[in-house]
Amino acid sequence: MLLQVKNLRCGYGSLEVVHGISLHVCAGEIVGLLGANGAGKTSLLKSVVGLLQPWQGEIHVDGRPTRGQAAWRSISHSMVLVPEGKMIFADLTVRENLLIGGYRNPDRAMQIEIVFDRFPLLRERASQLGGTLSGGEQQMLALGRALMARPKILLLDEPSLGLAPLMVKEVFDEIVRMRDQGLTVLLVEQNVTATLQVADRAYVMETGDIILEGQAADLMHNPEVKRAYLGKGGKEIWE
Amino acid sequence: MESGNLELQYFLSGITKGSIYAVVAIGFNLIYSATGVLNFAQGEFVMLGGMVAVTLARFVPLPVALAGAVVIVALVGCLLEILFFRRLQRHSILHLVIITIGLSIVLQEIALHLWDEKVRSLPYFTGNEISTLKFLGAAISPQVLWVLATVAVIVVLLHIFLKYTLPGRAMRAGSSNPSAAMLAGINIANMRTLAFGLSAAIGALAGCVISPITMTHYEMGAPLAIKGFAAAIVGGLGNPMAAVLGGLMVGVLEAYSVSRLPAAYSDVTVFAVLLLVLFVRPHGFWGRPGGESVREH
Repeated sequence: MLLQVKNLRCGYGSLEVVHGISLHVCAGEIVGLLGANGAGKTSLLKSVVGLLQPWQGEIHVDGRPTRGQAAWRSISHSMVLVPEGKMIFADLTVRENLLIGGYRNPDRAMQIEIVFDRFPLLRERASQLGGTLSGGEQQMLALGRALMARPKILLLDEPSLGLAPLMVKEVFDEIVRMRDQGLTVLLVEQNVTATLQVADRAYVMETGDIILEGQAADLMHNPEVKRAYLGKGGKEIWE
Repeated sequence: MESGNLELQYFLSGITKGSIYAVVAIGFNLIYSATGVLNFAQGEFVMLGGMVAVTLARFVPLPVALAGAVVIVALVGCLLEILFFRRLQRHSILHLVIITIGLSIVLQEIALHLWDEKVRSLPYFTGNEISTLKFLGAAISPQVLWVLATVAVIVVLLHIFLKYTLPGRAMRAGSSNPSAAMLAGINIANMRTLAFGLSAAIGALAGCVISPITMTHYEMGAPLAIKGFAAAIVGGLGNPMAAVLGGLMVGVLEAYSVSRLPAAYSDVTVFAVLLLVLFVRPHGFWGRPGGESVREH
């Protein structure tokens, strides 16, 4: 098991947003973590990497306990979080963004060529400022930057957020390609269909708890998944 | 001296003082972008640099004394960050800014006790107080060239550091997006310490080169911090190179004000122009709207 989370609780101030969650990700898997806005998915990811201090619970990465470690150490466990939204360095060039991604990788000069071969668009834009890229390009840059560290496990927080449908497909294709080359992926998403199409297994979160888990193919037809999204008010899904 | 060259004389004296404001403004910017704090103790680094160098110069050759002063003051800067700012991360920026004002007063008092209230100065690096160079008819002290050259070297080296080295890029990444920088493995807390150390080091070096011209005194820091702050604001916070232009502008403005109006009006002139700039361009001349660093932790 590459990532194991046991009975994790976390929150902000006195407000608990994740109520004792357990999940695991095995090597070579793509695992989906689904749930509506405010279900606690991002908070869970943040406490796994240490951006948010967990209140309780255990986190093991590759068998080593990591709970309570500073966020900048998460990368030394070969774990990289690609955070939600535009978390690229807007005032740095694309090349500098990538080099920072390889901050702890002594072979960053070599790795950047591998990333450029994978995302030729980033090579074209190498000297452009990160903030000038389009939303889809920024997502590619965020993925490329994560790959600069040569991680074993990649945590992706809503990579499809705010992207055009064509771009969403491209990002998900890229995720599958990365898995095929040996990466393990925990994919946090609101886009249920796209996620269940690429994932092996998935968890469904609702207001801080995991309410469903199973093989992606089974969840695809489970009406409970839909209910978790529609919630009490029966609003449409935000995509 | 013919009066025709008086203008140039004033201009050069403005550039000299302005380059020191520029260094203080660069220090402001470095710490501001790395930590979000406006460090009003920045001027004390300049004072400490001069004081320590004057003391060391009694025992060791001048270049060694300068290097020693820079290293010691840099360590003081790092120590201040570790003692006061690292532990107080949760406090609001306003609290932290007030703490820097307090630190500025404390450092002054410490300097008063360690040394005394006397005005002291380093010897001229080359020549002495009466040696002059002729430049287009204006007479300038060789020390002015030392000041300008030192500031130019500081600016160029800092530019290279921030733009082309990994720690420099990491520092910029940290101010651009602290969370994302941490996720890339950058220890943000250490980067903040480095920013304080670097800021203190360049302040100290400025304090050394300016000492033969303006003298060093335990109270010299606070006015420098205010002018340096004005320079940073005029240039645009968050942009170290704009700070240089801001500093030179403030210096030249001050010199021309002294040449035309009663001496007491020089601060009034500087701050009147500062207000005017802020009315027209709230982000300074070269600052970008919304370009300020956002501290998230």
